[in-house]
Amino acid sequence: MKMMQTAALAAALAVAPLAAPLTASAAEVEKQAVLKTYADIAHAGYEDSLITARSLQQAVDSLIASPSDQTLAAAREAWIAARVPYQQTEVYRFGNAVVDDWEGKVNAWPLDEGLIDYVDEASYGSESDENPIYTANVIANEKLNVNGQMVDASTIDKALLAEVLHEAEEVEANVATGYHAIEFLLWGQDLNGTGPGAGNRPATDFSTANCTHGNCDRRAAYLKAATDLLIDDLEEMVALWAPGGEARNGLLSGDADAGLIAMLTGMGSLSYGELAGERIKLGLMLHDPEEEHDCFSDNTHFSHYYDQQGVINVYTGSYTRVDGSVVSGPSLSNLVAAKDGSVDRELRDKLTATKAAMTAMVERAQKGEAYDQMIGEGNAEGNAVIEAVVQGLTDQTRSIERAVAVLDLSAIEFEGSDSLDNPQAVFQ
Amino acid sequence: MAFRGAEHTIGVMSKIRASLLAVLMIAIGPAALAAGPIVEQRTPEEAARIAAVTAPTGDFTRPEPFEALPGGAATSRKPVNGNAFSHASANMSFERELDFKIGNGLFKRLWVSSPSSTTSADGLGPLFNARSCQRCHLKDGRGHPPAHAGDSAVSMFLRLSVPPQDAAQRAALASGRLSVIPEPTYGTQLQDLAIKGHKAEGRMTIRHEELPVTLADGTVVTLQRPVYGIADLGYGPLHPNVMLSPRVAPPMIGLGLLEAVLEAEIESWADPEDADGDGISGRVNRVWDDATQAPALGRFGWKAGQPSLAQQSAHAIHGDIGLSAPSLPTPGGDCTAVQRACLEAPNGNSPQHDGVEASGEMMQLITFYSRNLAVPARRDLDDPQVLAGKQVFYESGCIACHRPKFVTRRDSLGEEQSFQLIWPYSDLLLHDMGEGLADGRPEAQASGREWRTAPLWGIGLTETVNGHTRFLHDGRARNLLEAILWHGGEAEAARQKVVALSKEQRDALLAFLRSL
Repeated sequence: MKMMQTAALAAALAVAPLAAPLTASAAEVEKQAVLKTYADIAHAGYEDSLITARSLQQAVDSLIASPSDQTLAAAREAWIAARVPYQQTEVYRFGNAVVDDWEGKVNAWPLDEGLIDYVDEASYGSESDENPIYTANVIANEKLNVNGQMVDASTIDKALLAEVLHEAEEVEANVATGYHAIEFLLWGQDLNGTGPGAGNRPATDFSTANCTHGNCDRRAAYLKAATDLLIDDLEEMVALWAPGGEARNGLLSGDADAGLIAMLTGMGSLSYGELAGERIKLGLMLHDPEEEHDCFSDNTHFSHYYDQQGVINVYTGSYTRVDGSVVSGPSLSNLVAAKDGSVDRELRDKLTATKAAMTAMVERAQKGEAYDQMIGEGNAEGNAVIEAVVQGLTDQTRSIERAVAVLDLSAIEFEGSDSLDNPQAVFQ
Repeated sequence: MAFRGAEHTIGVMSKIRASLLAVLMIAIGPAALAAGPIVEQRTPEEAARIAAVTAPTGDFTRPEPFEALPGGAATSRKPVNGNAFSHASANMSFERELDFKIGNGLFKRLWVSSPSSTTSADGLGPLFNARSCQRCHLKDGRGHPPAHAGDSAVSMFLRLSVPPQDAAQRAALASGRLSVIPEPTYGTQLQDLAIKGHKAEGRMTIRHEELPVTLADGTVVTLQRPVYGIADLGYGPLHPNVMLSPRVAPPMIGLGLLEAVLEAEIESWADPEDADGDGISGRVNRVWDDATQAPALGRFGWKAGQPSLAQQSAHAIHGDIGLSAPSLPTPGGDCTAVQRACLEAPNGNSPQHDGVEASGEMMQLITFYSRNLAVPARRDLDDPQVLAGKQVFYESGCIACHRPKFVTRRDSLGEEQSFQLIWPYSDLLLHDMGEGLADGRPEAQASGREWRTAPLWGIGLTETVNGHTRFLHDGRARNLLEAILWHGGEAEAARQKVVALSKEQRDALLAFLRSL
């Protein structure tokens, strides 16, 4: 038998010397294909984010050109549409340092909105405060005291936002750029607490003819600059994942297992620590409407839902683009299934169960009970809907860990791909 | 609310403590309990192994094994950037990452005054220094004094106290129940902010005197000696004997690892009478433990004034933000009896939060977060200049107090901290640092000239994380060399050696410090 096998193998090698890689390298190629799918989905996701952000830019231009209830509503709609692809890319943040370093400019939250524009003093407070530019209100003030230095803010442009105001004085809540700054400008503060209703900024806040709340030209300039900056930042990320881009090359030319770890780290860290923990459970524990990711627009349910969709995309190697076309290829799911079908099934089931819990949350929101109401004190039913989401995310993370084990990746530090090149011994 | 991980560990710990206490009770009776350290038994083999790995090296030709990871397996190997101090212990399980992230959320949380629409996040003040933990612990890193006049973005404050005024106060200090006697009107710290309708207590003022120091090679370094005062007093005059101690917010990294250093080990380094005649004493601070209602070894704070991270966190949230917590249930924070309006202000104590403003669960999460901020990996440790600087550091005698490395206990409060070889460069003991650094304000057993050896890990990333290089308890040193030159007292001999260094040696020493 043994002789025959060897002979057959030799014959096979003789017939097709170039086409028959050894088993180990065949697996390596498969992993490469999985990583390529991952990079392709990233590229498509950021490209869709850019496309929808450009629509937002057009809508913002129209709003500024002729402020009306219609143009404001259209801009808000465009913002909500822009969040759909972007949230699906959040799963790339953890495990990919290049994304994590960049993300703060685009999606930082929570923010002290008083830095940007007028706020309601009764709810926001104006007392002498630990964040000296907490109520700096750039839109109303042409001069600002930042770090004790007077800053000329007479022209509101991209440089002022990105280089002077963003994370000014090392305070992370000084968010001057990105989706949430734009969201605040389109909706205004949500002053309804855990009651119904989102922010309700009037369109006349952008009207130079019938200006409300003052400084409408500067408010429009801020909105324009923040939107333009978002486009710049997204263009940068699209390029990084495009063929030849640094993020794609880094992933495909590096150690394949490190790449797989980056994928799984992204799925696990987003699911568990970030989403279940900081973004959901904290707010639920405190019953605090301010602990809401998209708090001005009351779009939090979709923000969470599309985060979960992003996790599913990475695992199944398939992403449905905003135009309806599908980007897909060999997936992590294929790799896990080849090793252990039951673990793959279990993880798929868990991902589906979380999506179902998220769907229940979305449906409840669409019936009129916003996310901030669901986490409100004494709303047992709403609280339970959110708790089910946390539970789903927790469960799926356990299965992600099983997938890591099945792929024989658990021996490697599961903290971040950046640490993998240099595994160092620890005293034990 | 699930907080399984830490609860489980704490449960185990209390069982270990309980059984050890029982043994101690039988052996030596309850009188000795108060000061009795909890001793982890190490087998002779393990003790020998630990002694070997923690012995100071004499080989400066190459890095030591494990030196690259100053926090052991908990060390963060994330990219070196502004977030370098904000990562979780690298050996943390996914399961516990949730608690870390929620803790981070609470750490960043902005508290509002009462009453407000959100009962869950109100209770700020009425007097406070900051609205959130993070506002002083910027990027989880090191605070700094005002960069220039008019800079209100500070992350430091003044501690206040007075010498004991009567027998009762002397007795309270002697028993250890109080570490300081609060200033009668202003309490134990100056709150420079207040909620609407209340007056802030005052404003810290700083003026500087120049203090030139000439190094052996002729280089003159001009130190800035700060002189502190208080302006705009909101509640009348200060007590004539008031003592001020300025403090910047210390970096948050590696605190859980320091908590896991065995008490007996710290005590074994103490040499209060300088019996070995090396000019360095080293004393343990003994401070009141709110949980056990007994004195305990002090570890945290610039004068080792707090025994545990749980207590440190509770005191900070109470004094700095003005929140009540289960161990400190008064909602007015540092309000004193004469600050009536402060005491009578509406508060955020609520039944769903254990009758206080920051519930037991919140405090547990904040403590868990504080315990797990990872120390970043070393950089450039094999660089010849860094190795040369390491030799200068060792041979100048710095390691007599800045002890390089220890092995933590196995039964640590958090599993991430268990049995790690760590490199904090501190003995956690109090040392007389001379008149130049003295604040003249005793705290528990620490005199007005004593300070706890500051851990040095992460010090080289201060500029990367916080954008400045201000060091020492009040940030007076504007760079690492100035910080060294401020050393005096027990460190005077080491300081003299640094003064005598050639420029090349000095640059090497600083390169070593920057690699930490």
